[in-house]
Amino acid sequence: MKIVTICGVGIGSSGILKVNAERVLAKLDIEADVVAADLASVQSVADDAQVILTSAEFVDAIGPTFADVIVIVNHFDLTELTEKLERALG
Amino acid sequence: MALPPLPDEAIVLGSLAPDWRSAVAVAGAALTASGAARPGYSDEMIRMIDEHGPYVVIAPGLALAHARPDDQVISDGLAVVTLASPVSFGHPHNDPVRVIVGLAVESVGGHLDLIADIANVFNDQSRIGALADATRADDVRAIMGVGAGSGSGSSASAGGSASGSSAGGSASGSSAGGSASGSSSEGGS
Repeated sequence: MKIVTICGVGIGSSGILKVNAERVLAKLDIEADVVAADLASVQSVADDAQVILTSAEFVDAIGPTFADVIVIVNHFDLTELTEKLERALG
Repeated sequence: MALPPLPDEAIVLGSLAPDWRSAVAVAGAALTASGAARPGYSDEMIRMIDEHGPYVVIAPGLALAHARPDDQVISDGLAVVTLASPVSFGHPHNDPVRVIVGLAVESVGGHLDLIADIANVFNDQSRIGALADATRADDVRAIMGVGAGSGSGSSASAGGSASGSSAGGSASGSSAGGSASGSSSEGGS
């Protein structure tokens, strides 16, 4: 499974999402490849992704995708991340 | 610990910045003062937010401001700015912001340990409030788990050699009393 995290540069908030998503997935015992990317590369990076994690600001710009786009409000809230990932993957 | 050190120059407490642009500019100036970025980095950080919106407000009360690794970045660096009065970034859930963490990274590839450590710090949800209430630079370093780096006057050449100076993270008295830089007003509103 592939999960892509998206932000403007592919460093800050998407990096936090990647790190914390990997922690949550490990705890849920789900194997996945989590990749942080910037908005400009979303179409190429995410074309085989099941899930995109991002902030509300990027949803429109991500455009059409087969992936489940999940909006995260508090990037440091592992409970929010766990609930939303479980819902998308379960 | 992959977080870069936080010298006094990189910490501004109780800034009177009246809006998000000035608050981000204060973080940029702190990154410049500590030798991590050139003066143009502030505008780059502001431009990211102009372009993409308030997504940098990644948790209630906290903005993680940064721009691309480019020629405005001198070395990996962090800055922490707390605001005397919270400002709005226009975020639907996480406003108002009391703490700006400014981030400069040299390359996209080499920063993941640093980002993981930022997550380590702030996954403890009490840390944002603790930073907002901090009154001394040493308190900020203790909350972030970093040291002050090599001496006080680390000027623009910093070289990026984060040698083991700060391993303990206890921020014990290395820098003397007058370290509460820029805390011009305390107690808010």
